[in-house]
Amino acid sequence: MSDVAARAALADVVALGRRIGVETAAVHAADVDDRARFPKETIDAFRAEGLLGALVPAELGGLGHDLRQAAAVVREVARSCASSAMVLAMHHIQVASLVRHGSTPALTEFVRRVAAEQLLLASATTEIGIGGNTRTSSCHVERVPGPDGEVFRLTKQAPVISYGQYADAFVATARRAADSPASDQVLVVCEQHGVTLTPLSGWDTLGFRGTCSLGFTLEATGPADLVCATPFGDISSATMLPTSHLLWSSLWLGLAEEASWRAQRFVQKAARKDLTATPPGAPRLAALMITRQQFASSVEAVLSRYLEIADDPEETSAIDFMVAINALKVSASTLVVDVVNQAMLICGIQGYREDSEFSLGRLLRDAHGAAVMVNNDRIAGNTAQLALVQREAR
Amino acid sequence: MSSSTVTATIRTILAEHARLGTDVSALSDTDDLYAAGMTSHASVTVMLACEDEWDIEFPQQMLKKSTFASVAAIAAALAELGVGEQASA
Repeated sequence: MSDVAARAALADVVALGRRIGVETAAVHAADVDDRARFPKETIDAFRAEGLLGALVPAELGGLGHDLRQAAAVVREVARSCASSAMVLAMHHIQVASLVRHGSTPALTEFVRRVAAEQLLLASATTEIGIGGNTRTSSCHVERVPGPDGEVFRLTKQAPVISYGQYADAFVATARRAADSPASDQVLVVCEQHGVTLTPLSGWDTLGFRGTCSLGFTLEATGPADLVCATPFGDISSATMLPTSHLLWSSLWLGLAEEASWRAQRFVQKAARKDLTATPPGAPRLAALMITRQQFASSVEAVLSRYLEIADDPEETSAIDFMVAINALKVSASTLVVDVVNQAMLICGIQGYREDSEFSLGRLLRDAHGAAVMVNNDRIAGNTAQLALVQREAR
Repeated sequence: MSSSTVTATIRTILAEHARLGTDVSALSDTDDLYAAGMTSHASVTVMLACEDEWDIEFPQQMLKKSTFASVAAIAAALAELGVGEQASA
């Protein structure tokens, strides 16, 4: 695709994301947040546009978007409803992993069905008792003979499965076999009709209330060729981890941009009321615009870097890139709170109120989710270890 | 130091730092250490232990997952840095 065509294609998806955001997500966002309910209307709108197959290649019936286009839609929708955008982001992460690493014809066929049937994929990558490290599992895949060939069985205690009750399939991690070490993991696609979910905990949180990230015991069975043979560690470093941090950072950027624009509109309104003086919030707005630009530039820079190397596992597992992707997550999740805080000071009581056009309450609550979903301190610890071994390129 | 001594020392380092699910002696020189349970965290410790043992520094282009994927891979990387060459020649 030429640069001009790529820019036009990107503008089209931005417009699509904005339209769904404004026409659907924004309409229901307060109710989704208030009742901590699934943003069904927005997900239906994604389906109507084929967006659940956005990252599925065109030859498999999807929209064939690249990660930049997918991130642009997530960023736009986040301006209206962060929970809706997070559901889309988490779905994309699973799809991206299966598209690049699906190792069997059955997995390719499943990816085709994701696009054709607009299946919503949830993730079951964390487990109770492993201390929050997704690169180890305690549960394992059991393979048993079935009437139509070998089947897998899996039981996993998951502390969170976001939108688990609304998903059409689950992408779960587990040890490859009963005698595998904790780090020898595989990804398993568990289709809803072979899954029993038993809730372990509720979801009553400060923000991202619409993701309905309850804990569940997942009991699953299905054909054994829906187990992806590629080591999960390779999938994680090449695709799942970078895609997660890039899509989440894009989402937080959209959230920050919404807060920033509310502050900007507030200052502009004040400027119109008194044409003789610069509004008191204007200097602070100028500072906020610097933070906003730094934030957007850092997301864009790491996104471009990843798109260049995404198909080269040596490059994506190299220390330099791991440091970059970790740094992006920590900085983006910190900046989103900074931006909303600055916007709050600019909008003052109008931002603090829950009933004004400049309200920032939900945005601030959602923003605080960024640092705790994959805790920044865990990532900082990981980066600190990488810093011990990172060497200058010579 | 001969290349067989280097291999033995690598195995000692792995036993101490790789946190494998199995005994190192049960693995061949070409068995995949990550499949045997070595995490990327543990591989960092292994790398630092190698640098300390032979007073070397792995250059940036060698800092890849594949460099530490097996006993043989580590030995090959060390050989490239001059470890084990003299005595075996």
